[in-house]
Order: sequence, then structure tokens, then C-alpha cells
Amino acid sequence: MSAADLGMLQRPNDRLRRRRAVNRGMELLAWLAAAIAVAILGIVVWSVAKRGAGELNLDLLTKPPVPFAIGPVQQGLANAFAGSLVIVGLATAMALPVGILVAIYVNEFAPRPIRLGVGLTLDVLNGIPSIVIGIFVFGLLVVGHGQKGWVGAFALAVLMLPLAARSMIEVLALVPGSLREASLALGVPRWRTTLGIVLPQTVGGVVTGTVLAVARVAGETAPLLFTSSIVGNQTSWNPGHALQSIPVAIFELSEQPDPADHARAWAAAFVLLLFTLFASLSARWLATRSRRKIGRAGR
Amino acid sequence: MRETKGVSVSVSSAIERAVRVETKREPLPPRERLQQVFEIEDLSADYGSNPALKDVSMEVYKNLVTAVIGPSGCGKSTFIRCLNRMNDLVPGFRQTGTIRYHGQDIAAKDVDPVAVRRTIGMVFQRPNPFPKSIQDNVAWGLKVLGMKDNLPERVERALTQAALWDEVKDRLKVSALSLSGGQQQRLCIARAIAVEPDVVLMDEPASALDPIATQAIEQLLHELKSEYSFVIVTHNMQQAARVADMTAFFSISRGDEGERWGELIEYDATEKLFTAPSDKRTEDYVTGRFG
Repeated sequence: MSAADLGMLQRPNDRLRRRRAVNRGMELLAWLAAAIAVAILGIVVWSVAKRGAGELNLDLLTKPPVPFAIGPVQQGLANAFAGSLVIVGLATAMALPVGILVAIYVNEFAPRPIRLGVGLTLDVLNGIPSIVIGIFVFGLLVVGHGQKGWVGAFALAVLMLPLAARSMIEVLALVPGSLREASLALGVPRWRTTLGIVLPQTVGGVVTGTVLAVARVAGETAPLLFTSSIVGNQTSWNPGHALQSIPVAIFELSEQPDPADHARAWAAAFVLLLFTLFASLSARWLATRSRRKIGRAGR
Repeated sequence: MRETKGVSVSVSSAIERAVRVETKREPLPPRERLQQVFEIEDLSADYGSNPALKDVSMEVYKNLVTAVIGPSGCGKSTFIRCLNRMNDLVPGFRQTGTIRYHGQDIAAKDVDPVAVRRTIGMVFQRPNPFPKSIQDNVAWGLKVLGMKDNLPERVERALTQAALWDEVKDRLKVSALSLSGGQQQRLCIARAIAVEPDVVLMDEPASALDPIATQAIEQLLHELKSEYSFVIVTHNMQQAARVADMTAFFSISRGDEGERWGELIEYDATEKLFTAPSDKRTEDYVTGRFG
């Protein structure tokens, strides 16, 4: 470096000063954008908590709603919580095995063109608005048969499938090829290698993907409006009938004129929010853990 | 091991420095008297439009260690992976020519690669133990392949043969990933020989290991070759000189349009190849003038 350049380091000229200002301005903008993202989550959590947390009590979780109640009757949303458990549980049971099998086929067996084709299909399926899935399942299974809990579960399963399959594909791709080669070089067939060596590595990833998918569909309202929303107030665990669910209950209660109903809607929203936050955070924790484990295996 | 006259290798001082190894090697019988394991004819291979190997023809003999040496990119690994159809797993890979294994062409379409790999095992460059216990690493292949009788004895025998038993016998249930790199590689060797293959292919098995672990593995080859036939790829000439009975030298050839492929330049008894190579390119390589 010449002496002239060194001098420049000590006496900042206009151009350098301007660059520094632009740099600082851009940094500030980026910081602001990040702050807005964090703030939005904060505001959502805070406003729901403020209105919902006070209403949250054991009765809400365990007692069914009482319509046209006169006087101080303990009202709950037990029917919605039970229904959501059944519907989401069934949806997971339907979507998860299919998603895992799709991922295994795509990642372990399919030739490249099919792999790309199925990947694209999953992305498109993932992009379909949930109300479209709802009306599709409505036309397929509800018209002429009536609403049922399992039909709602099926609609949610359609939404879960691409999520489950995609996350499983990602986890399978993390399993080092050297492990597959080690097994195949012993003369072990492909399917035994997949079952005995590859899949045990992905348990953590499967749990993570499932938790995220569950959290994602637990709040889906549109498909359930079509498939499982015309319900009574009794708490039921029978998926053969239409079942109430948390998101549908929130929607319906918020339409009622009674402020007490609004309060319960907020409380239900708060429960849903807590569940989603908890699920996302635990999924993140599980993912980090399993990734570290797989990484160790591959080295 | 039978006591034999040590053969010290010396021709030019450069070679001497490269190959100053005292090998207790029994003199090779003439090639006609050796039993062939592989008879490779006009083997060519390419990945998509990139040629990797052209017209390799050679034989691999029973109960010998055969080394494949050569500069990076000369197709050594491609070659050895053809011998147990591992390249089938690589998208876009094609090969022509024949590889007769005890007379049967294993490159043929109707041959099941799983059956091929069952008798022709492989140890890889980087140790790749399963994320299971030490015992399960060896036992898993045995279980899957139906060799479940005397499982503990089989595991012990394989670990003993791989010179690992004494180090791990008290902690067989511990994860294999807790072993050192050299131990892991010996575990991989134990895993490969536990299923009683006929041939063991080794793709630079010591390149990720320190000198002591390397020595342990070379020692193993000496001791195990009475039971198995080994083909070992190495970029380390001293290693080839130390362990191999026969050595094949591969090099890179260049076409008119800049394409490059690997070619077999010379194949001979290790001693002959290192001390009196018949090809100028081999001489340049083993004396360190190239590569």
C-alpha cells in the first residue's frame, strides 16, 4: 500500500463519510424490519393473552357450553377441545404414514425425474388454499352423507400431507450416503438398508415434522366449516358425528352478540396460541437435537 | 507366518527413499499357477458424458493383496467400485466390458448386485460405522443375511481378525461412534469380514488415519490375506509397496478435446513395478517425478 493510501485511512474524505452514512442507514432499516417481525408476534401474543388469559380456567377446558343460560352458569368449551383432539389426532394418523412413505420413496428409491415431479407436486399441494381443500372434501364426502368428524380429519390430513412429506424428505436427505453405502456393501438389500439403517436415524426428524404439521393444521378453520361444524353442545369423542373444534368455536363465538361469548372466544384463541407456540419451540428444540445426532453419525 | 527371506528393495536412490520397506514377502509363484478371482476385460466406465476409465484389462488373484495406485482422478476408485457394482448407485453411471468373477460376468444386466456385494465386500475411505453399538455394527449384517447361528462367536471372531477385540471386548454395547478413527476403520473391516466375503475391496482405507492406525490396518492385510483376497486403492506408494503382492498403476490420459480419463498403464508384481517398471510413466510416478 502506498503512502497516499495510508493517508486516506487517517483523514476520511467525503466519499468515505457518505459510504459510512449509507451503511449505517441500511443497517438501521434492516434492524427495523427485524424488530417489526418480532414486534408483530409480541403484539399478537400480548393482545390475545390480555383478553384471553383472564377467562382461562379449568371449567373452560372441562365443561360443555350451555346455550341460553340464565344466571351464573359455568360455561366451557370442552366439546371444542375434545373435538379438536380427535380431529387433529385422526388427521395425523392419516397423513403421517402416507407422508413418510412418500418421502421414503422419493428420497431412497425414485429416479431423479420422479423425485423432482413429486417434490413439485407436494409444493403445489402445500400452496392450495385451505378453503379449496375444504370445498373439495365437502363435494367428495359431505354432500349426501352429512358432516362427520373423520371427514374433517381427512380434510386436515390433505393439508398435512405435503408438510409431513416435505419435512421427512429433508430429514432423509440429512442421513449420510456413506451409511447407506456401508450397508449395501455388505450385500444387504435396499429395503433392509432403509428400514434398519436409514429410518432409525430419522426418528427425531419425524417427530419434529409431525409437531410442526400438527401445530399448523390445529388452527385451520375453513376446511372444518365445510366438514365438521354443524354440532351440538355435548362433548363427544365419536368421529362418526360432526365434532366441534377450537377454531370453529372461536369463529362461531365471535359472531355471537353476548360479550361473555366473546370472552370465551379469546380464551380459546389463547389456548390455541399457547399450543402453537409450545409446539413450534419444542419442534425447534427436537430438530436441533436430532440434526446434531445425525451429523455425528455421518461425521 | 512362515519365515522367509526379507526382500529389500533398491534401485535408484529416489525409489529407495520412497519404498524403504522391509517386507517379509513370500516370492510370488508364476502367474499361471495363481488362481484368478477377477478377470477384467476392456472395462470402460463413464459418468454421464465424462469418461472415467477406458479399456482396463487385468486379473486379480486369490489370496493376494492387489494394490491400485495412481494420481488423483485416474479412476482408481471408479475401478474398484465396479468390482462390486457399487457404481450402480451413482446416477448416470455406465460401464462396458466384462468383469468375470470366478468365470461369471458380474457386470451383466441379469446379475443381482445385492448378491455380488454379498460375496465381494467393501471398506471405504472414511470410516462409516453405523450409529449403533460396536457389537451391533458387526452383528447387523450377520442378522440381516441370516447368519444368526453362533452370533457372539462370529462377532468375536471378526473383531479378533480385525485386531480390535482386545480394545473393545469390555464395551461391546458402547456406541461405535465413541471409537477413535483408526478403531472405527478396523470396526468397518470387522463388519465387512464378519459376513465371510470372498473378496474385500478397500478404497483408500487408511487415508483418513494416523500412521499408527495405518500400520495396524496394513498388518491386518498381511494376516488376513490367507483367508480373503484384497484389492486396495491407495494414493500412498509406500503403502502399496508394503502391503501389496501385485500392483496396478493407473494414470490419466487426455484426449484431443481436453477430455480426461483413467487408464491402466502397468500391472505387475509389486516389486517389479516399483524397481523395474517397464513403462516410462510408471517410473516417473514411482520415483516421484510426476503426480
